Formats: sequence, structure tokens, C-alpha cells
Amino acid sequence: MAMLRSLLVAGALTLLIPNPNAAAAEEIPIGEYASLTGGSASFGQSSHKGTELAVEEINAAGGVLGKKLKLITEDDQSQAGQPATIVRKLISQDKVVAVLGEVASSKSLEAAPICQQNKIPMITPASTNPKVTEVGDYIFRICFIDPFQGTVMAKFARSKGWKKIAVLTDVKQDYSVGLAEFFVKDFTANGGEIVRDQKYSTGDKDFKPQLTSIKAARPDAIFIPGYYAEVALIAKQARLLGLKVPLLGGDGWVGDSLLKVAGHSLDGSFFSCHFSADEQSPDTRNFVAKFKAKHGEIPDDMAALGYDSAMILADAIRRAGTTDSAKLRDAIAATTHHDGITGNITLDSARNASKPAVILTVGNGGFQFVETVAP
Amino acid sequence: MIEFLQQLINGLAQGSIYALIALGYTMVFGVLRFINFAHGDVFMLGAFAGLYTAPSLLKLCGGGPSFPGAAAVLLAAMLICAVIGILIEKLCYRPLRDRPRLTVLITAIGVSLFLENAGQYAFGADPQSFPEIITDRALEIPESWGALSALTLTVGQLLVFGVTFFLLIGLRAIVRHTRTGMAMRALSFNPVAASLMGVNTDVVISFTFGLGSALAGAAGILTSIQQPSIDPLMGINIGLKAFVAAVLGGIGNIPGAALGGILIGLLEALVVGYINPSYRDAIVFGVLILILLVKPSGLLGKPEREKV
Repeated sequence: MAMLRSLLVAGALTLLIPNPNAAAAEEIPIGEYASLTGGSASFGQSSHKGTELAVEEINAAGGVLGKKLKLITEDDQSQAGQPATIVRKLISQDKVVAVLGEVASSKSLEAAPICQQNKIPMITPASTNPKVTEVGDYIFRICFIDPFQGTVMAKFARSKGWKKIAVLTDVKQDYSVGLAEFFVKDFTANGGEIVRDQKYSTGDKDFKPQLTSIKAARPDAIFIPGYYAEVALIAKQARLLGLKVPLLGGDGWVGDSLLKVAGHSLDGSFFSCHFSADEQSPDTRNFVAKFKAKHGEIPDDMAALGYDSAMILADAIRRAGTTDSAKLRDAIAATTHHDGITGNITLDSARNASKPAVILTVGNGGFQFVETVAP
Repeated sequence: MIEFLQQLINGLAQGSIYALIALGYTMVFGVLRFINFAHGDVFMLGAFAGLYTAPSLLKLCGGGPSFPGAAAVLLAAMLICAVIGILIEKLCYRPLRDRPRLTVLITAIGVSLFLENAGQYAFGADPQSFPEIITDRALEIPESWGALSALTLTVGQLLVFGVTFFLLIGLRAIVRHTRTGMAMRALSFNPVAASLMGVNTDVVISFTFGLGSALAGAAGILTSIQQPSIDPLMGINIGLKAFVAAVLGGIGNIPGAALGGILIGLLEALVVGYINPSYRDAIVFGVLILILLVKPSGLLGKPEREKV
């Protein structure tokens, strides 16, 4: 009983304390959750820098609806369990009108049900797993999804005239399995042949047995839709075993340590991605210049996606004319032909972005733009 | 046929690594009759010891990747690991020596978790790239060898074979022909009688831990030369596999650990190459269950009679 009473008193007290955000009615609070520290920090840091730049630009231009945007960022430390906690905090305490985040699909899948329950729109910049937006009608993404990426690389392989491809999949990642599935489907449907279908698991270090088997099949190229940590080792060991064919992959290749570990082993390989800082369109050059001026580095695809996610949200608030959650949701859903840094973005009825992918190649110690592939 | 031979080379290289680690399990079991589950993490510390000592040692040996440089890094890592192994025994296991064996076993699991998590705190959880201490490249096999010239043998693999072979011979010499080795054998045969005969148990146990940990440190460097991406959790899986290898060969039996390691390595390569990589771990641990059911003393172990 005493405990109940003290709880009631505590509850009453919190009601008395004025909410600091409510006081500043001149600002529109926007929540962002990202992995700023921990295992996937390089993804989170990039997307956050992009988002930050976008919000700054919007506010410099006078904000939206006559108010400034206030970006409230929380770090989920790359840990499972954290996104749910901090998104709850953003919604209940900071009263954000919308949430931006995460890069990793598993983290987005954790926060999405909470946004959906509270009817707060969530826009993920870079989660490509199809399940994320299936959570509900308040969940959006501004990147393409795994099936598209797999198909893009299959098309690209065919355009290169490669007939025989070996596939090396990370069976522990839905991402990798998804990409491989759609790659194989498209490639075989158009007369290509999958000469070896080999597998590995996240954390493996020795890939020589798989690569030996692949080498015996004499493929024209190898499709490895994994994450950068393993891909770097695979590339290195493939070259040691005398496998000289190009390797193909997806956006999971982009990571700090990829080229540090792989050295020149990946030269001449290709992967699909959201954005290339080398692309010579005026918008891209402008964005790269602004990003460099603010953060002193060249933006990667996560930075570009983070930027676009904030821009699309601001545009939707402007079109909705209000921050009322149902109207804001409808406005985001109605996004068509948004001219973003990562391409022309239109959200489809499943709240996924239909937009082009870019293909990059590895060489000279960096990534070079090859071509843009429309959906 | 070439593919099969290539898989044998791959398996033998990985198996040599397992053998080096399995020796540590088996030697500690020999003298103390418990499994040092922190042994896989000592292997991880060996890799990190290499990461941190390599830049200065390479500079000392003339700059870039070189054979003397690699040898220096290897020795440094072995030395550091030996010290760590001796410290682990002194701080964690020695105070519990007279307690039930289960207490020490659980402590070993605790030490293992401590090293993994302290490692993530100290080195960071992200994989780091291991410096190139020797250039790992494919060796040219002369055309005159006919079809065999299609085989690939890398510098890293050759180094693994050479160093493992050398260390095994050295270990055999220590155990067979030195007084400490004799004391080790005496201790594993009958600890009470050995101490009654004037064997200094503490020194011998420290020596055993140091020796086993040095071998794990060597394995850490040899692995990192071939797979230059290291992280604080890299010892878990490889440690478990080496444990299976030690049991397969007969725990407590030194040649058995070497044999077990090589057999597990070969088995893995063949499963990955010809069956399905997803079954690799299942089959390796299936072997553990099978050997415990059919021949618990292992391939080379002698059945031990429980004295009543």
C-alpha cells in the first residue's frame, strides 16, 4: 500500500514538472536512433552525419511550417534490445513527431513495432530486409530492398557476358540468403548457369575449402552477397588459391576494414550500392562538397541515405501542413519523385522505395562508379 | 583428383592449428585432470600480442614483412602467452587446487568469459586487420610435376606445416628427455607419489601451463598470417574444435592431441568441400559424441581404471 502511494505521488510529481519540449513550441522534435558506438558504429556514424547535415540545411533555410526542426539523437550502442528502449523514450519523453533509423535491419525490426503501436511514422534510411516495412503502415524505407539488389547484380553479370557463376552465401544472414536467392532466380531464368552453390557462416575465417570447390567448377565470376568482414578474407584467400575471376556483391561490402584487410585482392570486383560520391551529377557533387565542408570526409552511401531520409521527412511535414501523425503518415506515403542524393525516390504501396542502384568497382585503393541501374 | 588433394592440403593446414591448441588442453589435463576452457582465449591473446608487437619487431628486423620479422613476432607472442598462461594458473586455478575438480572447471569457464569480454573492452569488438609480417602468396609448383602443378600451396600453409612440425618435435624432446618433462610425466602418472619423490608440483604445473599457452600463442600467429582479421571472440569456436580434437586423440595423450587435431582439420575440409558447409560444426561435434560413446579414452588414449 505504501508503495502504491509513493508511486501515485511520483506520478503526480511528474505531471507537475513542465515538459521542456512542450515549452519550445517553435521547434518540431524529430527522433533519430543509430549505432554510434559498438560493432556497427561505422554504419551509424555515417547515417547520423548525413541526417545532421540535412537538418542543419533545412533549418538554415527557415525550417518547415515556420518552425525549426530539432533532431534528438540516441545511441543504441549496436546492441540488441537497445533500439526498443530508446525509441520508447524518444516517443514518450521527447514527444517526437517521427523517428529516423536504423541502418541494420535487425535493429529497425526491433523499433518498428513500437513506432507502429504509437502511430509515429518511422523512416529507415538503409534497412534492406523486406520484413521491416511489413511491420505496419507507419513504417517506411527510402532504400531499395534485397530482391532488387540481387536482381540488379544478376542483370549486371549477364550484361558482362558471364555464363557460369558460383555463389557463396552467408547462411547466418537473412540479407545474404535473400540476395543470393533473387540473384540465382534471375540469372538462371535468363539462361545463366550456377556452377557451384557454396555456403559459410558469419565469423568464419577459413574459406579455402569452399573456394577450392568453386575453383574446380571454373566460374566466370563469384557472387558473394556477404558483409565486409568475411568478404575481405574470402577475396584474399581466393586470390591465394589462384582464383582470378571478378567477385560480385551487394551493399554489405561497404565497411571500413574491407580494403584494409583485402588489400588489392578485390581489384576488378563489382558490387551494388545506394550511392557513389564519384557520380558526376551536380546534386551529388554539391552534396559531397557540403558534407566534406562539415565533416571533413567523403560521404559514403549510409551518409547519403541518412541525408535523404531527413529531407523526405521535412518535405512530408511541409506537404501535410501539420505534424498530426495520421496526416504526416499519409504525406510520407505520398512521396513521389523526390529528387534525392541517392536517386529519384518514389514510395510504393508497400512503403518501399523504388529507385535506382549504382554499381561500383574496386580499384586504386578505393571504389569507382561504373553505372546506374534503374529499377 | 586435384581438387581432392587441394582439400587435403587445406585440411592439413587448419588441422595443424587445431593440433597446436589441442596440445595445451591435453597437457593441462595430464597434470591437473581438468579442462582449461580459457585455452582458446589464450590463442586469441596470441594473435593480439602479434598485432601489438609486430610494428616494432618488424622495424627491428629491417622494416617490411620478412622471415626474421615473422619469427620474432612468433617468438614474442609465444613468450607473452606463456606468461599469461602461467599467471592464469597462479591467480585463478592454484587457490582452488584442493577444491573439487568441478569448482576449477567452472572457474575456467569464468576465466574464458573474462578474457573474451575484457578483450572486447581493451581491443574493441570490431575485427582488426592483422599486419603483414610475412607475405602470404601462392608458391609456384614447377610444371615438371605434371598435373600436380595445378595445386596451390601458400607461404602461410607451408609455414604452418613447418612450425607445427618443429614445435611437435621440440615438445616431444622436452617431455621425453628433460628432467622437467620427466617430472610432468610423473605428475600425470601419480601426483601424490611424484610430490613424495621430491617433484616440485607448483613449478611443474606452471611450466605445463606456460608450454601449452606458448603453443596456443604460436597457433594464434600462424592463423593470423593466413586469415589477417582478428577479433576478441576468435578463440571460442577454434578452442572448442581443438578440445574435440584433444578428446578424439585421447585427452592427456600428447601424440593423440596432434593426431586428433589433424583429423578434425581434414574432416572439416572434406565436409565443407563435398557435403555441405552448414553441417561442418554439427559433424565435428557429432564426432565428439561418437568417440565418447564408443571409445571414451580416445584413439590413442589408454583406458583409465578408476581406483576405488
